[in-house]
Amino acid sequence: MTLMTQQERLRGELESLVAQYGTARNALMPILQEVQRKYYRIDDYAIQVIADLLDIHPVEVHSVVSFYSFLDFKPKGRFVVRLCQTLCCEMADKDRVARQLSNDLGIEFGQTTPDGKFTLEYANCIGMCDQGPALLVNDKVHTRVTPEMVNQIIESCRQVFGLHATQPMEH
Amino acid sequence: MSDKPISQDTSRAPTSQKRATPIQAGAKDAIGGSVSVTIDGEKTKVPLGTTILEACREMGVHIPTLCHHSDLCIAGVCRVCVVEVEGMRTLQAACAFPITAPITVRTHTAQVRRSRRHIIDLMLKYHYGECYACGRNNNCELQALAKEYGVDFFRFGHPDKPMHDVDRSSHSVVRDMNKCVLCRRCVRTCIDLQEVGVLEAIERGEETTISTYLDKPLGDVVCINCGQCINRCPTGALRANDPTDEVWAAIEDPTKHVVIQTAPSPRAGIGECFGLEPGTPMTYEMNTALRRCGFDKIFDTNFTADLTIIEEGTELLIRLYKALVEKDTEVALPQYTSCSPGWVKYLEHFNPEMIPNLSTAKSPQQMFGAVIKTYYAKMHNIDPKDIVTVALMPCSAKKFECNRPEMCDSGFKDVDYGLTTRELGKMISEAGIDLPAMPKSDFDDPFGTATGSGVIFGATGGVMEAALRTVIELVVGCKVEDLFEHADILPVRGFEGVRYVELPITEVGPVPEIVSHLVPNWDWLKGATLKVAVAHGTANAKKVLDDIKAGGKFSECHFIEFMGCPGGCIGGGGQPIPTSPEIRAARAAAIYAEDADCEVRKSHENPAVLKIYNDFLMEGPCGHLSHKLLHTGYTARGKYIS
Ligand code: SF4
Ligand code: SF4
Ligand code: SF4
Ligand code: FES
Ligand code: FES
Repeated sequence: MTLMTQQERLRGELESLVAQYGTARNALMPILQEVQRKYYRIDDYAIQVIADLLDIHPVEVHSVVSFYSFLDFKPKGRFVVRLCQTLCCEMADKDRVARQLSNDLGIEFGQTTPDGKFTLEYANCIGMCDQGPALLVNDKVHTRVTPEMVNQIIESCRQVFGLHATQPMEH
Repeated sequence: MSDKPISQDTSRAPTSQKRATPIQAGAKDAIGGSVSVTIDGEKTKVPLGTTILEACREMGVHIPTLCHHSDLCIAGVCRVCVVEVEGMRTLQAACAFPITAPITVRTHTAQVRRSRRHIIDLMLKYHYGECYACGRNNNCELQALAKEYGVDFFRFGHPDKPMHDVDRSSHSVVRDMNKCVLCRRCVRTCIDLQEVGVLEAIERGEETTISTYLDKPLGDVVCINCGQCINRCPTGALRANDPTDEVWAAIEDPTKHVVIQTAPSPRAGIGECFGLEPGTPMTYEMNTALRRCGFDKIFDTNFTADLTIIEEGTELLIRLYKALVEKDTEVALPQYTSCSPGWVKYLEHFNPEMIPNLSTAKSPQQMFGAVIKTYYAKMHNIDPKDIVTVALMPCSAKKFECNRPEMCDSGFKDVDYGLTTRELGKMISEAGIDLPAMPKSDFDDPFGTATGSGVIFGATGGVMEAALRTVIELVVGCKVEDLFEHADILPVRGFEGVRYVELPITEVGPVPEIVSHLVPNWDWLKGATLKVAVAHGTANAKKVLDDIKAGGKFSECHFIEFMGCPGGCIGGGGQPIPTSPEIRAARAAAIYAEDADCEVRKSHENPAVLKIYNDFLMEGPCGHLSHKLLHTGYTARGKYIS
């Protein structure tokens, strides 16, 4: 068995992504999304390798990553809970849901639980305005969320850890 | 071998952001070639695709701009140029609106004026800075706009404390993001013109800032110190690291012998700091002003420019001899020029594997420093530790260069301070001197005699022209004037991003004494074709390097001149602000005019140069002592940012 450092493996993966999507400017987004999906973040090393492979500059990739809410530079929890804070959900009393989330996870919005499992954030309108309050757990949508449901949603996430605690999870 | 033509455009911005090239379908009055536009009630015709801004300028109608710059692609981000276009619901950005159908434009309606004023007010809401304590006072586009629109109070407030730390980590560029208006000119400069890619907008909305990669200090990233971003920043957010306090202190210290060398480009630009037209030469007035400021000696960097030509030219001949006669396959060709420190650092970062191609000759600035603290010190019996060498340069990268740790071959720091044209302009004003009114005076001996070849180093193509003048005469044995009228080698001149010239060597002459220790004869060059190229702005350099890596036609060149800044040194990052293609062309014209006026126009005929090889560098060009003092080594830096 050949020993590969994590960086070498990541580089190899990025090279095959570039082979798949090409080196044009518009290949950047799908590549970043794939990296985000797999590693939950796009770190310094990945940024510099992507920039190198696309013959652009690391700061340009950094700029794109920082622009989009769904691309992360800093590590986040395995489950990112994003509660909509836009008008319709606000009027549908998202604050109750927010309090419950904070309470159940023991963190404030913008924070990650110390065990690295959950991150709690606000999002802007996610297109579920008629069914608010709405929230996203990673890319799964929950609508008409009540404080009671919060408990179940979080519990079902915790289950995943219990069952497959050692396996990387694919969404 | 690829023979793809090198395109003029360096920007990789999407086509929609490129400067619209007006579609010229034949004459302006041909059908479909032009479009009519009514601006403030006056009707005119412009080529299809002209922007509203260009059309207005054509008609003499002033439109304020901030993010627009004639060297850069269109951004349309500041919105200060808004105008009313009949039939459109919202105001339109004049700089980003190509006219493709007849339109009616109104440039100063109540709505337009109010919107512009609000945009300025909003910028000031986030602008921390006091004009009287700012390096751009009276030369600031934001300040000028505030005046134009009569801002007399802060409608939306004004910060009373800084929001960002000032980044002083770089030897060359100081970043004060408190003064940034997010016009992204620096971003477009660093990416599109220079392909260095240090700066980008990070985050979005009101959190947007201009940042380096991961917000690292500028001194720790791949910045090549070219200062091109400074020259295009409309405000005081970017400026050069100013050593004038230290220079004044040295002048006022009676134990110090303060020597200044002045490069060719500042003399063609400094007049602009005193309200003169770009391209007004101030060479001799500046000498007087420098004496009145208190410098002990004023030398012309042209002396070491000539020395550079001899050293670098000799190095090239040695490389060619090794490659062609001794069939040494290790020799790195083409040889690249090394006088532009921005370009040198670019290569160290982005193509460190090509460092062997870089001439080992130091830049004229650094050669001069080493010569002053050795040869000159000995000649005048001055202890080199008491000499302070100041270099007046059009360049911010020279500040970094003189601080490179290896630049101490004289046993002391060879060049103590790099001063930009702008900073000297400030010193002269501080001393109460009106530069244009100064009587003329000459440079000091023993390095006073300048040649035209040294002068033209300031413009892109100049180093190549100077080198060719010398190589032709040394090798071919005829006068350059026999081949090129007035010894003006026009094919290497101009502002085209990349230029390529072939020069067949049909005759060879006897080997002149100055290089007779290196080659027995020139027969091996007879029938050869000398291939040279010129590139300016590192985005153009990148194109040439990419072509070389792909085995294209530039890989067969023998010698390539690279300049870090667009236009060469006359467009350097230390030159007066603003800059534009027209301003750079005017400065270049001043330099070529000075060359034409010179009595001696070829480096190898400079008597001071011949004397130094006679009296001091006795082993001749590329000899032992010149290797120690006039040559240097480079650092493979790589582009990964740790
Ligand atoms: S950047 Fe311009 S507006 Fe701001 S303080 Fe300086 S001179 Fe004044
Ligand atoms: S000095 Fe040159 S390389 Fe550095 S940030 Fe400015 S434009 Fe980019
Ligand atoms: S630093 Fe200067 S050039 Fe860059 S965005 Fe800010 S104001 Fe514009
Ligand atoms: S307002 Fe919450 S989903 Fe649209
Ligand atoms: S100058 Fe037109 S948008 Fe900035």
